[in-house]
Amino acid sequence: MATPTSTTAPVKPPTDAAQEEQTSALQDDGRERAAAKVSVRDLDFFYGRAQALHKISLDVSSQIVMAFIGPSGCGKSTFLRTLNRMNDTIPGTRVEGSVQIDGQDVYAPGTDVVELRRRVGMVFQKSNPFPKSIFDNVAYGLRINKLTSGKSELNDRVEEALTNAALWPEVKDRLKASALSLSGGQQQRLCIARALAVRPEVILMDEPASALDPMATQKIEELIVELKRQFTIIIVTHNMQQAARVSDKTAFFWLGKLVEVNSTERMFTNPNEKLTEDYITGRFG
Amino acid sequence: MTSDSQIKSAANHRRTASSVMTTLTAICAFFAVTILALIIGYIALRGLSAISFQFLTDTPKPVGEGGGIGNAILGSLVLLLLASVIGLPFGIAVGVYLAEFGDGRFASVVRFVTDTLTGVPSIVIGVFVYTIIVLPMRQFSAFAGGIALAIVMIPIVARTTEEMIRLVPTSLREGALALGAPQWKVTTGVVLPAAASGIATGAMLAVARVSGETAPLLFTAFGSRFFNVYLDQPIASLTVQIYNYAISPYDEWHAMAWAATLVLMTLILAINITVRFFTRKKI
Repeated sequence: MATPTSTTAPVKPPTDAAQEEQTSALQDDGRERAAAKVSVRDLDFFYGRAQALHKISLDVSSQIVMAFIGPSGCGKSTFLRTLNRMNDTIPGTRVEGSVQIDGQDVYAPGTDVVELRRRVGMVFQKSNPFPKSIFDNVAYGLRINKLTSGKSELNDRVEEALTNAALWPEVKDRLKASALSLSGGQQQRLCIARALAVRPEVILMDEPASALDPMATQKIEELIVELKRQFTIIIVTHNMQQAARVSDKTAFFWLGKLVEVNSTERMFTNPNEKLTEDYITGRFG
Repeated sequence: MTSDSQIKSAANHRRTASSVMTTLTAICAFFAVTILALIIGYIALRGLSAISFQFLTDTPKPVGEGGGIGNAILGSLVLLLLASVIGLPFGIAVGVYLAEFGDGRFASVVRFVTDTLTGVPSIVIGVFVYTIIVLPMRQFSAFAGGIALAIVMIPIVARTTEEMIRLVPTSLREGALALGAPQWKVTTGVVLPAAASGIATGAMLAVARVSGETAPLLFTAFGSRFFNVYLDQPIASLTVQIYNYAISPYDEWHAMAWAATLVLMTLILAINITVRFFTRKKI
């Protein structure tokens, strides 16, 4: 499962040496940071006065699946939402520290949030299709960002996105039907298609399968593994088996702190931290 | 220890209480519907006999010469159209502001004022519009009538719009924001369409409410015995015409008041059905 793709340079083999290398890279903040797709340093996050995240530092390299695990309320969703500035919509929140995507600071004053969110797509826990047709749902991001010129290109991009989300065969004859007429699993894949349509570079998934039955979950998981070829995927999950199945790397959060980042294989067999081991073996959480 | 008989008696008690309450609520519902049916039935009974083609198309005539309410029907439609054109966009805009951007002090003041405005008797609004529009213009006008009705509509539309927009789940907004939509496109492209049928229902209720208003029109649109579509002239309306017919001492005019009431109710029903038809869930 955790075999990294050989096509991409930044992916390091999941060895002890690699782990140590990454840890030291995080500390002295050298060229490693520029090589990472997503790079976070000393991130603090506050809901009003309550601090939800403490000094998080983390690198995610290109074209891998990184899973965030941890008990409820540990800050993994909050952290995910800092990456595309979705927390901006919640009044009274504050961010300190730095988040870079391709070396560009996400929280810099001049950052275009709209452009950022086009590059960093998001899939939510509960499927949230717009009350529009299937086609219009997928076309929404393309239309508002004016990413296509002309009807045929729009059609092509919608088909491409639905195909990538493994939904095209099921909906190709009823693109005009309401998105709400789809089943729960199909709705979630539609939301993935909607996020894919604008060709983001990073896709954030906040427990994308937690409301789905095992069959639908399996489809989403297969999809995630498939999408890794083109995108960098960060997935929050409560389900440790799911993390083990789909991800190359796993990060364990606890009480707003990042306890450990490691290759998934190592994380689930021989983690560095005692706390990680206790959580994974079900001693708490 | 709870014995079998105790459990049984508790269950019996619960069943009795349940059926008594169900019956009570059903009786209340039945009475509410019956009263409505009686009103409609009585108006139809009294009004139907006086309705004729001439009644629906003619202008009012002196007692004994027949006459009709054609100009009043036209006048009511003109006034409602005018009030809707002014009041609906205004009210919806206020509602959108309150729901989407209304967290500050200013918004709570706006909310308080709209709530107060809902409770202001409509005759007060009539007098107000008389003072600020009719007096400076030195004449009663359809325009003043439309403004008065619009002022009655705005708080109703604003608050229902706000409620309906608040019902749109946050997840939809976040979904759109996450695709790179700016706030205003989220509001116009996702939130408003999702709330559209609810907003339309609120708008329809507001239109139905003002189409029955008489008081704000007495000092503004005033009434007229002629067909008129000019907004700077006094204009007839069904409600004022009903009022004039009803306070007269003549039986013939009383019958015409009933008939005009029937027409007014039919008009409101027609507006209701039309709006429902156009805002029914298509998707």
